[in-house]
Amino acid sequence: MSSKLEIRGLGKTFKTRSGELKALEDVNFEIAENEFVSLVGTSGCGKSTLLNIVAGLDHPTEGGAWLDGEPITGPGRDRGMVFQTYTLLPWLNTRQNVEFALRGEDMTRAERRDAAIEQLELVGLSEFVDAYPSQLSGGMRQRVAIARALSYRPEVLLMDEPFGALDALTRRVMQELLTEVWERHRLTVLFITHDVEEAIYISDRVLVMKNRPGKIKEEVEIDLPRPRDFSMISGSHFAELSRQVLEPIHAESKQVVQAAE
Amino acid sequence: MTNGGDTPSTGPIDGPVEPPPDERPLLPRHRRRPAMFEIGGSIRTHSFILISACVFLALLFVWWLLTSGTGMVKPLFLPPPDAVFNTLKEQVNNGELWADMRVSIYRILVGFAAASVLAIPIGVLIGTYRFWEASIEPLVDFVRYMPVVAFVPLTILWSGTSDLQKFEIIWIGTFFQQVLMIMDNTKRVPRDLVDFGRTLGMKDSGILGRIIIRSAAPGIWDSLRITLGWAWTWLVLAELVAATSGLGYRITTAQRFFDTELIIGYILVLGVLGLITDQVMKALGRRFFRYAESER
Ligand SMILES: Nc1ncnc2c1ncn2[C@@H]1O[C@H](COP(=O)(O)OP(=O)(O)OP(=O)(O)O)[C@@H](O)[C@H]1O
Ligand SMILES: [Mg+2]
Repeated sequence: MSSKLEIRGLGKTFKTRSGELKALEDVNFEIAENEFVSLVGTSGCGKSTLLNIVAGLDHPTEGGAWLDGEPITGPGRDRGMVFQTYTLLPWLNTRQNVEFALRGEDMTRAERRDAAIEQLELVGLSEFVDAYPSQLSGGMRQRVAIARALSYRPEVLLMDEPFGALDALTRRVMQELLTEVWERHRLTVLFITHDVEEAIYISDRVLVMKNRPGKIKEEVEIDLPRPRDFSMISGSHFAELSRQVLEPIHAESKQVVQAAE
Repeated sequence: MTNGGDTPSTGPIDGPVEPPPDERPLLPRHRRRPAMFEIGGSIRTHSFILISACVFLALLFVWWLLTSGTGMVKPLFLPPPDAVFNTLKEQVNNGELWADMRVSIYRILVGFAAASVLAIPIGVLIGTYRFWEASIEPLVDFVRYMPVVAFVPLTILWSGTSDLQKFEIIWIGTFFQQVLMIMDNTKRVPRDLVDFGRTLGMKDSGILGRIIIRSAAPGIWDSLRITLGWAWTWLVLAELVAATSGLGYRITTAQRFFDTELIIGYILVLGVLGLITDQVMKALGRRFFRYAESER
């Protein structure tokens, strides 16, 4: 397997008023083409920092990230991002929000419009093309954000806890939708979450991060068959995978508690 | 408590057992206050208008009571409502009121536009780039604390009693406040919205023009609306001190002749004009930013 995205010796130290804060240290991993990889870890372990560096929104202090062998030095349209917060432009309707992302493409107006509507159909929002973000539920807004990020066909999709703000039931629907879309269209995805069940259900591989400084501690291959469906969650193999992911996290939170005592 | 085991959980074990009621007792009625008295409650438009109209009428009645009603206050200090109304009618008929209003409105429009046209780009710039914030914000903050009134003699020295002097006072009174308020509006643009633009590969100028300004626009409009209200105050101040026309000028001349009716009549006119501008700005804002309707 050729690696699409490569992270080598990546470190990030923030200079804060109270001194230096080592957010990431010697992070190493690779993602193969069309692989779906999740990154799980406790809050504050540096997941967003890592994703922002891959997106080119932030710079590492050591090492770096490579996309197709090219070092990442800034943001670009070869990577699409779905943020945890709602980032739809409130003055544009759903269709215009997707078209906004297509502005740089070499397309006519009509082509852009058709492409936007097609993307919205993909995430099941064809009836809401004229709605404004303020009229959409949180789940719908994130679906538009996914459609928007997919619309310009990035090489890699980066998602930072995209379902973190949603209720449990909506989350389920979104996980199912994302899995379906991914299984049909295949794309390299780096997905961040702190929901272990979510990570296992949607991914090919789960990376477990350790805290302070952030580092990859464990890697769990998810060999559940595709297409996935929710009945797998109650299976014994799923439980075994959960145990494998949770164990290092659990060991660490214990350490943190003990260190605090 | 879903795992109901084998212990019955209904009723106390050794207490008196109530017979099962064969009719459901009526629940005590939820005592409901009208929503307008609840924290964060709502109100119907016609109730809103009715209540505010009643307050105006009540004040009018108190005014009448103090003057014509009981004669407690001498007309020289506070003339009765009907006297004020008649004076205003006279001013309408002889055309003076319209002429005064026209001059004043012209001055406020020019002064306010000159301030806003400069304040919007500068405010957005210093709200976006820390370099510009460092170079301009402390200066603006410094000037802002200088009392506008103190500039009146200076502006007369510069520009006499011309219209230009009125523009200057309005400009000084609003521009510096606007810059700071618009800077604040710009800083409130969510960081992720800017980052989103960057992930699309947009240039800084594109992000500024297509995301930051658009996103800050409703807030900027509100800042303009609030400062337009202040601009009225500065206009009248300038006209009171040095003018040969305008609403403020008419008030000064009326004072010379102890024409209290005219003074009060013009103060009321100024209040109404302010109210109208505010409502117009609000209505325009609702039109421009209709997309945010359900969020506001
Ligand atoms: N700009 C910054 N300056 C200083 N410290 C920062 C900065 N950004 C993040 N940090 C710190 O780096 C650490 C990692 O932050 P990060 O946001 O990457 O965590 P996270 O894993 O995404 O957490 P969460 O799950 O809560 O989103 C935290 O301790 C945070 O306080
Ligand atoms: Mg985060």
